[in-house]
Amino acid sequence: MISVRNLHKSFDKLEVLRGIDLEIDQGEKMVVIGPSGSGKSTFLRCLNLLETPTQGQIFVDGQEITAPGCDVDAVRRRMGMVFQQFNLFPHKSVLENLTMAPVRILKKDKQQAIQQARELLKRVGLADKENAYPAQLSGGQKQRVAIARALAMDPEIMLFDEPTSALDPEMVGEVLGVMKQLAEDGMTMVVVTHEMQFAREVGTRVLFMDEGVIAEDAAPEELFSHPKNPRTREFLSRVLNH
Amino acid sequence: MSLFSILAAQSPSFWESLGKKITATFITEDRWRWWLKGLGVTLEVSLFAVLLGVIVGFILALMKLSHAPKCFARWTKPGKKPWNPLDTIATIYLGIVRGTPTVVQLLFAYLVVFAGASVSKVLVATLAFGLNSAAYVAEIFRAGILSIDKGQMEAGRSLGMTSSQTMRYVILPQAVKNVLPALGNEFIVLIKETAVMGYIAAEDITKVSDLIVAKTFDAIVPLVTTALTYLIIVLGLTKLLNLFERRMRAHDIRA
Repeated sequence: MISVRNLHKSFDKLEVLRGIDLEIDQGEKMVVIGPSGSGKSTFLRCLNLLETPTQGQIFVDGQEITAPGCDVDAVRRRMGMVFQQFNLFPHKSVLENLTMAPVRILKKDKQQAIQQARELLKRVGLADKENAYPAQLSGGQKQRVAIARALAMDPEIMLFDEPTSALDPEMVGEVLGVMKQLAEDGMTMVVVTHEMQFAREVGTRVLFMDEGVIAEDAAPEELFSHPKNPRTREFLSRVLNH
Repeated sequence: MSLFSILAAQSPSFWESLGKKITATFITEDRWRWWLKGLGVTLEVSLFAVLLGVIVGFILALMKLSHAPKCFARWTKPGKKPWNPLDTIATIYLGIVRGTPTVVQLLFAYLVVFAGASVSKVLVATLAFGLNSAAYVAEIFRAGILSIDKGQMEAGRSLGMTSSQTMRYVILPQAVKNVLPALGNEFIVLIKETAVMGYIAAEDITKVSDLIVAKTFDAIVPLVTTALTYLIIVLGLTKLLNLFERRMRAHDIRA
């Protein structure tokens, strides 16, 4: 579904991604882990071109999205993204957050968009919050609205950029629960996270990134139980045994 | 001693002369008509200059925030930001307008730009004040847009909206709400600034007051009248802006 070839990204002189090659299949739940500064988030943001790669190619269903003249907006409509800082629209109600893009861009009928938004809110357990404003919600609720907002565009792929890192510990569970549900429904997902338990339970594949490259790429059971790369071992021992 | 007792202690001749001054300022020769005409000019120039300033200022802000078109990349020095002609034009405009006195700009418009053209002084004043205010409004809008977290633009883009759609539906509504107080401030400054249009002999309320002082040799009544008029206009505008701001903030629940 997505293939990445020799992806490089530099910010001025700092080289953050140093050659990434990867195939992501339909229905896969790819979890990306690694120390901070390893390029996980930058890699994820390159996938929907929030960052422009300095070199390399990305294909989605065979179409090269890094090609000049490619309709980037059309590509992004097929990829939902969930941010660490939620990035809800504070001047809009929860329902308006969900219906804005479908109505403005997909030119969906307003009533139809509202109905779909209500179903999505039910799915993330926030049916009673449609008239609330983002500032009235807890962090966990905000992130669930953000997931519903991305789903309102009917994406084929969902990208998660550390979706639980800005949450209080007691709210992490509700967000991971929604993500788990989404995974069970068959969504193709790429998740950057520090939640090792989630990676183990939900991931079909785990990438360990370090210093801008994929240091290890394996099934979760294998990567967590028998890490081959010494850097993976060192990282896991630091995050798992403390 | 209170002001009232000071006034009460004045000799009868004081009250008599004050009455004469008021008569000379407003009644003689139907001078109240001059006042009304002057007030009309002040309001007209202020209103249209504010509108012009907001429109041109908004365009200038967008020019300053625009990205360099790709075709200009070849004029870019390596390692430098790409050259953006729109930004350069806006920056030069802001530099000149903010760096020179309003009165000089007004005189320049009247005596140089529109020299010999049969254009009304009121129109020249409106253009001069509006284009002057635009430079300040541009920076207010720019600050407002920059104050919105960049995650908002990213969220809009990630949903497939173009940058101009995100600007219109996500960034600007929040930015405008944030800059309303600063914008109101600029409107107030502009209204009072129009008092210098007498330099090109446009007859606003300040100029009318001048003309009457020249006729009656009394300054106090005309000047107090003029000052009170501006005060009432500004207080009224402040009230209007507060009302507008409150309506825009109706849904603003801060966590």
